Amino acid sequence: MIRFALRRLISLTLSLIVASIVIFAVIEIIPGDPAAFMLGVNARPDTVAALREELGLTASAPARYLAWVTGMLTGDFGTSYTYKTPVAGMIADRIWVSFPLAIYALILSTLIAFPAGIYAAARRGRLGDVSVMAATQLGVAVPNFWFAMIIVSIFSLKLGWFNAIGFPGWDAGFWPAIKALTLPAIALALPQAAILARVMRSSLLDMLNEDFMRTARAKGLSRRQALWRHAVRNAMIPVLTILGLQFAFLLAGGIIIEQVFYLPGLGRLIFQSIQARDLIVVESVVMLLVFTVIVVNFAVDIAYAAVDPRLRGRR
Amino acid sequence: MTIRTTLTASLLALTAGMAAAQTDITVAIQLEPPNLDPTGGAAQAIDSVLYSNVFEGLTRFMADGSVVPGLAHSWDISEGGTVYTFNLREGVTFHDGTTMDAEDVKFSLDRARAEDSTNAQKGLFAGITDVTVVDPLTVQVTLDGPNGMFLFNMAWGDAVIVAPESIETIASNPIGTGAFVFDEWVQGDRIEMSRNESYWGDAPALESATFKFISDPTAAFAAVMAEDVDAFVGFPAPENLPQFEADPRFQVLSGNTEGETILAMNNGMAPFDNVLVRQAVSLAIDRDAIINGAMFGQGTPIGTHFAPHNPDYLDLLELSPHDPERARELLAEAGFPDGFTTTLKLPPPSYARRGGEIIASQLRAVGIETEITNVEWAQWLEEVFGNKDYGLTIVSHTEPMDIGIYANPDYYFQYGDPAFVAIMDELNATTDPEGRTALLHDAQRMISENYVNGYLFELAIATVAKAGLSGLWLNQPTASVDLTGVSWSN
Repeated sequence: MIRFALRRLISLTLSLIVASIVIFAVIEIIPGDPAAFMLGVNARPDTVAALREELGLTASAPARYLAWVTGMLTGDFGTSYTYKTPVAGMIADRIWVSFPLAIYALILSTLIAFPAGIYAAARRGRLGDVSVMAATQLGVAVPNFWFAMIIVSIFSLKLGWFNAIGFPGWDAGFWPAIKALTLPAIALALPQAAILARVMRSSLLDMLNEDFMRTARAKGLSRRQALWRHAVRNAMIPVLTILGLQFAFLLAGGIIIEQVFYLPGLGRLIFQSIQARDLIVVESVVMLLVFTVIVVNFAVDIAYAAVDPRLRGRR
Repeated sequence: MTIRTTLTASLLALTAGMAAAQTDITVAIQLEPPNLDPTGGAAQAIDSVLYSNVFEGLTRFMADGSVVPGLAHSWDISEGGTVYTFNLREGVTFHDGTTMDAEDVKFSLDRARAEDSTNAQKGLFAGITDVTVVDPLTVQVTLDGPNGMFLFNMAWGDAVIVAPESIETIASNPIGTGAFVFDEWVQGDRIEMSRNESYWGDAPALESATFKFISDPTAAFAAVMAEDVDAFVGFPAPENLPQFEADPRFQVLSGNTEGETILAMNNGMAPFDNVLVRQAVSLAIDRDAIINGAMFGQGTPIGTHFAPHNPDYLDLLELSPHDPERARELLAEAGFPDGFTTTLKLPPPSYARRGGEIIASQLRAVGIETEITNVEWAQWLEEVFGNKDYGLTIVSHTEPMDIGIYANPDYYFQYGDPAFVAIMDELNATTDPEGRTALLHDAQRMISENYVNGYLFELAIATVAKAGLSGLWLNQPTASVDLTGVSWSN
């Protein structure tokens, strides 16, 4: 087990190193000089040169890469070109919007998907199953930002239950903050719930065909009892995998949703920074997201291995 | 009723009215400022939030574009027009309590023109050879030659007066002399400011103001409709304006900006080095179709690179009427009877992206095929503006009075005709208004007759505000959401 964990840890480190190189390289290749962008069309060449010097853009690419990576290792994410404030502080502020939003959406998506998936599997082929599947088909097909506009026009503009935009901050209290995140979380959650419900259903149906289900029925359990006690538990493994992947997706999906709902989260930060060529911010935020995803995957791997000894030898 | 009771009654009514009136405002603009230093970046959003509200210069722009005294209440200009002596207002303090005096003016101007300056409009200060403190309220600025634009230049947001005491943190904590004190910036969300109780000028009616930054057209629509914001300056979705006009809760102000929107041609590259080709392109353009199709009718046609609301504007539209027939003849004359193919690079704003599609079809009608590429601003700056790697592009030049860019042969459309440079040199040396008007007319006519670029329209700006709000600027002579004169009437 220890050796397995160590092997995974080495591959995690390698993944992070490769990711950092790729992120840095891609951002180097994108055309657009941050200094020229900040100074606009009337700037004189000597002004742009002075700003490049001030921003530390005159050093060679490998030197800047090393400075960035070693800085991150010590918790120093650099200073934003445009905002002129430490990137670490900016990220810390924004995380308190994006992570709660992703978690909120994940909870909503689970709460919708599990009952829907189980219900559909239990009523396979019948009207209930068909309607749930039709609804999920629609949920998968509808883009979340479009769905966001629809719920804003209903719940904010028509009914006036929610503010159309904005986030009051956690200082305003837990419930006002949660209220402001509700519509965005629903918009993020529903398409994910649709996917999750479909996975839940098909995974359950696979289980229902397994031998142990026949055994369970043979020992006298009712269809429903067998479903709940044996099938659901076993069907959870692929579902949890999807759920882990979805957390990453929800964090990234926030980029658009945060624009539509005007939330000061990481997604909005990335969006604005890319437009402003605030490269150091883009690099660091993307690296943080990659780190999150890799660490979540690592944790999931370790958890599987802890539960299922067969996996330890295989990898 | 005696006079006294009438007075008391009206006073009561007045105070009652005042008690009921709202004294805070939430204003939305499209883009968030990247930082809060108007002297250190070109982003218009910085000026939109801070100009006149937090920072002031020696002179300032009024809503109608005129230049009036700011922190300098008067000035004397020497015989030859090279020495400006500014008399500063007394009792002006920065928001941190320090006094604004001649030393601060010298510091601000010297900083902007220094060798390592990162001022985006360093050119405004180019002619300054010396800044001398005469006494705490008098400062003398010496120029290398007469400059008819100098007082105008000093009104720009890039020329505001800053203090050495607070310069280190200006990007995140701006300290100015204006009628509003900066309170807080929650990045990605809002900027808050409140009334400066020790302001030297007339106290503003508003006690506090919040700026929000919404670029998504749908979110902007929802925010205004749900009354989450009180005013949206530069509303991003012109297609929604009729709906707001019809709604008694809102008022729509349709104003002009200083943005000459042009179809820029690469004059340094074949075939656009041929004036006949440029004329053909200009005649192929149907401005009304572009304004109606891309801008939902918002925008004033222009025939030269000059703001039509400026008193010195010359109407030259007749030089480039929509005449596809003549355009084809001109192309044949220029040696392109079958037309040619060129690139059309479009930056993100809708005037370019939507307008570009329409222009492409208008050009196709006279035989010019365009390969459209959509580019981000940073990419536009590098490829088009920097490397001049383009045939055609659409861009709005939003700096006020920027016809001088045509005198720079290295500017991205690569014109710089020596005759035009001569006009500009003479203009810079001319201070009497009539002489300046004549020269500005010459300059406008020259670039129009040379068909340097396709002149499309003056970019409009729409402000959607709640019905009870008054005092917002209609036009944008410089990017500014000046709140000093804004008040609620109910």
